[in-house]
Amino acid sequence: MSLWEYANPVKFMGLSSRLIPTLSVLTILCLVTGIVWGFFGTPDDYKQGSTVKIIFLHVPSALMAINAWMMMLVASLVWLIRRHHVSALAAKAAAPIGITMTLIALGTGAIWGKPMWGTYWAWDPRLTSFMILFVFYLGYMALWSAIEDSDTAADLTSILCMIGSVFALLSRYAVNFWNQGLHQGASLSLDKEQHVDDTFYYPLLFCIAGFVLLFVLLVLIRTRTEIRLRRAAALAARNV
Amino acid sequence: MLALFLRDLKLAIRTGGGFGLALAFFLIVVMFVPFGVGSDLTLLARIAPGILWIGALLACLLSLDRIFQLDAEDGTLNVLATSPIPLSGVTVAKSMAHWVTTGLPLTIAAIPLGYLLNLPSIAYAWLFVSLFIGTPALSFIGAFGAAITVGIKRGGLLLSLLVLPLYIPTLIFGAVTVIKAVEGSNPMPSLMFLAGLTLLSVVIMPFASALALKANLS
Repeated sequence: MSLWEYANPVKFMGLSSRLIPTLSVLTILCLVTGIVWGFFGTPDDYKQGSTVKIIFLHVPSALMAINAWMMMLVASLVWLIRRHHVSALAAKAAAPIGITMTLIALGTGAIWGKPMWGTYWAWDPRLTSFMILFVFYLGYMALWSAIEDSDTAADLTSILCMIGSVFALLSRYAVNFWNQGLHQGASLSLDKEQHVDDTFYYPLLFCIAGFVLLFVLLVLIRTRTEIRLRRAAALAARNV
Repeated sequence: MLALFLRDLKLAIRTGGGFGLALAFFLIVVMFVPFGVGSDLTLLARIAPGILWIGALLACLLSLDRIFQLDAEDGTLNVLATSPIPLSGVTVAKSMAHWVTTGLPLTIAAIPLGYLLNLPSIAYAWLFVSLFIGTPALSFIGAFGAAITVGIKRGGLLLSLLVLPLYIPTLIFGAVTVIKAVEGSNPMPSLMFLAGLTLLSVVIMPFASALALKANLS
């Protein structure tokens, strides 16, 4: 019994169909607890008022935006090394979710930034690197949709994901270098958990767990869809 | 590999519409900037480093699809793939040829264009050095983008969407080098990062490109 057994699409479909109901319930529980507790069960911040509560959407989505790319990187490497189709399809399935998380992080950040910093957008290193991440997701998804042969597409997107990770990471630090001295890093350190009071910390943990579960759940569902699409295409090809 | 390099060089120079085109494009981009932002010389001097770097980068982007496209269409690439040179070696030769016909002329052309944009005189040496060191990275990264999109019909737009994000670190370190020189502070740290980036691209990109070409040829 090893993990690689689930590289078999049939086994994967079986396992995921058994997992999805449990996962759905857990996701809803975590998200509802986290968000309701966060929005109604915590006091207003003495400086930020109630705008602080956007943290319960902002931080988890930003976290998942990056982790989704990491998951795509791992899945791409598995495809390149062991040629498991489920892995390639999972990477494909994760990209639209990742880009949505990036958009949510940017959007909630803008809404939070207006009352706090007086602007929706600043060329701050963190904001800029999220914009860059967004562009990398766009390129990755565009490449998937541009190639007809699915194995070639999986190969090329995996290579792009690998090289893209290197350069996305480089950009992340290059951006720090570029805007050094313009922005105090500390103005953003509200994001860091050690600066958040316990009353915000526990509901935030629930929200983060909820977003992680939501991501896993959506990836499973979308991968199942991709596998079924692949099967349907194979059937159609056989009948012609 | 040397023969392939020379062949690509000759092809680029003798078949029209590739060699001078990037330079003309660079000139036009630089010429457009005063039209767009006004001819105020102090403002132009302030934005000159960024404009020159972005202009050179976009001009470089224009000729990327030529690296593999023509060879893929007439089957030369298949012959090269079965030749004794590894595909990564083919990529190195082709990237170098691209740099000699695009990056190097752009580096030289940037000096007079910098004068047009009223770039302060202390920055010329740094502009030249930063472009000289940075443009090989553009060619090697660009060859990777070209290798990925070689099988796609009319992949030009996709090529720029894939390659431009990869150009971000090069642009940042290159432009910061020149900006630091203009401001009178020390440009060496960013120049060192730029050199490191070029070395990294030269080392990893040919292998990535070879992987992409193999996936496209099979």
